[in-house]
Amino acid sequence: MLLSAIAHEGDRFCEKEVSILFKDLFSKKRKYATIPSERTQPTKMNDGVMTKCPNCKTIMYSRELKKYLSLCSECGHHFRMTADERIESTIDAGTFREMDVGLLSGNPLDFPEYEEKLTRDQEKTGLNEAVVTGEGKIDDYPVVLGVMDSRFRMGSMGTVVGEKISRAMLQAEKTNTPLILFSASGGARMQEGVLSLMQMAKTSVALERLNEAKIPFISIMTHPTTGGVSASFASLGDYNFAEPGALIGFAGRKVIEQTIREELPEDFQTAEFLLQHGQLDRVVHRSEMKATLVQILKIHGWSQEEGDKNESQSSI
Amino acid sequence: MSHNLPFEKPVVELQNKIDELKNFTQEKDINLESEIKHLEERLQDLESQVYDELSPWERVQIARHSERPTPLDYIDYLFTDFLELHGDRLYGDDEAIISGIARYKGRPVTVIGQQRGRNTKENIRRNFGSPHPEGYRKALRLMKQADKFGRPIICFIDTKGAFPGKAAEERGISEAIARNLVEMAALRVPTIAIVIGEGGSGGALGLGVCNHMYMLENATYSVISPEGAATILWNDASQAQQAAETMRITTPDLNAFGIIDGVIPEVRGGAHYNIEKQAAYIDQTLESSLNELLGFSSEELRNQRFEKYNQIGKIDM
Ligand SMILES: [Zn+2]
Repeated sequence: MLLSAIAHEGDRFCEKEVSILFKDLFSKKRKYATIPSERTQPTKMNDGVMTKCPNCKTIMYSRELKKYLSLCSECGHHFRMTADERIESTIDAGTFREMDVGLLSGNPLDFPEYEEKLTRDQEKTGLNEAVVTGEGKIDDYPVVLGVMDSRFRMGSMGTVVGEKISRAMLQAEKTNTPLILFSASGGARMQEGVLSLMQMAKTSVALERLNEAKIPFISIMTHPTTGGVSASFASLGDYNFAEPGALIGFAGRKVIEQTIREELPEDFQTAEFLLQHGQLDRVVHRSEMKATLVQILKIHGWSQEEGDKNESQSSI
Repeated sequence: MSHNLPFEKPVVELQNKIDELKNFTQEKDINLESEIKHLEERLQDLESQVYDELSPWERVQIARHSERPTPLDYIDYLFTDFLELHGDRLYGDDEAIISGIARYKGRPVTVIGQQRGRNTKENIRRNFGSPHPEGYRKALRLMKQADKFGRPIICFIDTKGAFPGKAAEERGISEAIARNLVEMAALRVPTIAIVIGEGGSGGALGLGVCNHMYMLENATYSVISPEGAATILWNDASQAQQAAETMRITTPDLNAFGIIDGVIPEVRGGAHYNIEKQAAYIDQTLESSLNELLGFSSEELRNQRFEKYNQIGKIDM
């Protein structure tokens, strides 16, 4: 693998080489790759034939669960979705073209055992990193889509996640196409230290471009969206949605309890809590997600054929 | 100085011994000049040994020193006509962040910074420099004001992080920080940030998306505190020292990562040993940085920020 090598000079990074944190696995010509077939394998999140709902304790066939958007048939509990399941449930069949498949993390801090952890998660998930980005269509409306997957390093944002999201934003700007991001993240990626923190800045300068170009950005926070992802792009959609029951917040519950020495309400930092405190536009049930997205795309008047606004909208 | 750090002990002991001998010489009228001279030479060597190659953990301790100068300390030396302005116009005034207008070498500027208390009472009022959403929103309000009137913005960063509290979450600390990042990217005036103490995670970055970023030599900038990192990594906060080494949070690393535009030298032993001299060091960097940025058009300033953050941690496209 072309995992990047970070050269050392004494104890310090060489300035030139430190910037080589990752490399495209594929040649420049292959800017896009269609989603590889092994990537569409079923999730391993709920291994086994049967799955038990953590909310109502109903036991159901895992296969049935997958068929119904990973929603509990009894109580509607939203199970976590893999990136591939999310793409499949959101994007018109056969229209998704993944971007930047070959971006792989290096180990910029020489952090002990980081490479091993990345490899393990790559094998476990079939993903190269904690976010999948690409272009596709929703009810024929072209969109740029990013989906984070919490199975990969808890969806934490390292340099590759930041880079892919940033590139997705710039692609949306370049092609004048609405951007939709499904967040799922434990926050910063510890093993990349302050470089992980800087991804908040990197995605923000890209998002500023998108704002300037007046291209809509729909942010959907799924379980969990916390820390640095919550405190950057995920909170800055033109539309901020969340799935029911999703954990969304800046600081961890335990840290807060220890700091203020007070027990927190049970619904603290849930999507419903955020809605109540004015931090969300809506809590959107997964079964209505696609329809909601389409409704917004329609209102914005993006044409279904071209990645461009249609006549009636731009003449207003 | 009233409060010395553990690793400074040999220096302090030798210094005390020299002081004693000097007193003794005066009182008893005995000439110990050659001994004193000899010890003073040894003190110089010892000081170089102790201070010239500080370990990350020693820097962390200096950055957290209770007498570490705060924004308000530096403002006295660097600016004239500072007028503090309060409140976010939405909910309240967060005293963990101070902000106002001033003149820098005659030029109107806006100054913002995270402000610890300089004693316990003030620390409580200022929440130990850990801002709530109101702090970031006040900062943003004054940045927009600066933008409107074409004033450069200078931010001093010194915080363990945004406050992890119930109220902060209820009032949208995530959104407050996130909004600052994007709005700061869009500003049409020069923006300069200087990490003067601890640059703690998103709470620091909330004032830190800028054209030029500098750090004092012993300042830190990190995604998580060494204690927090140690807890996550080894389930043991007492391994913070080890975590400080592993996480690469001090100036040599930040410089090598290309995250900062320069390191501002510190007074030997730390800024608290001589605030006036430290302010003069800051002044030098600030002046040249601002002069450079004043040559940029507003569009160039915005583009410079984009390029700067867009390239962190990568090469190929
Ligand atoms: Zn259920």
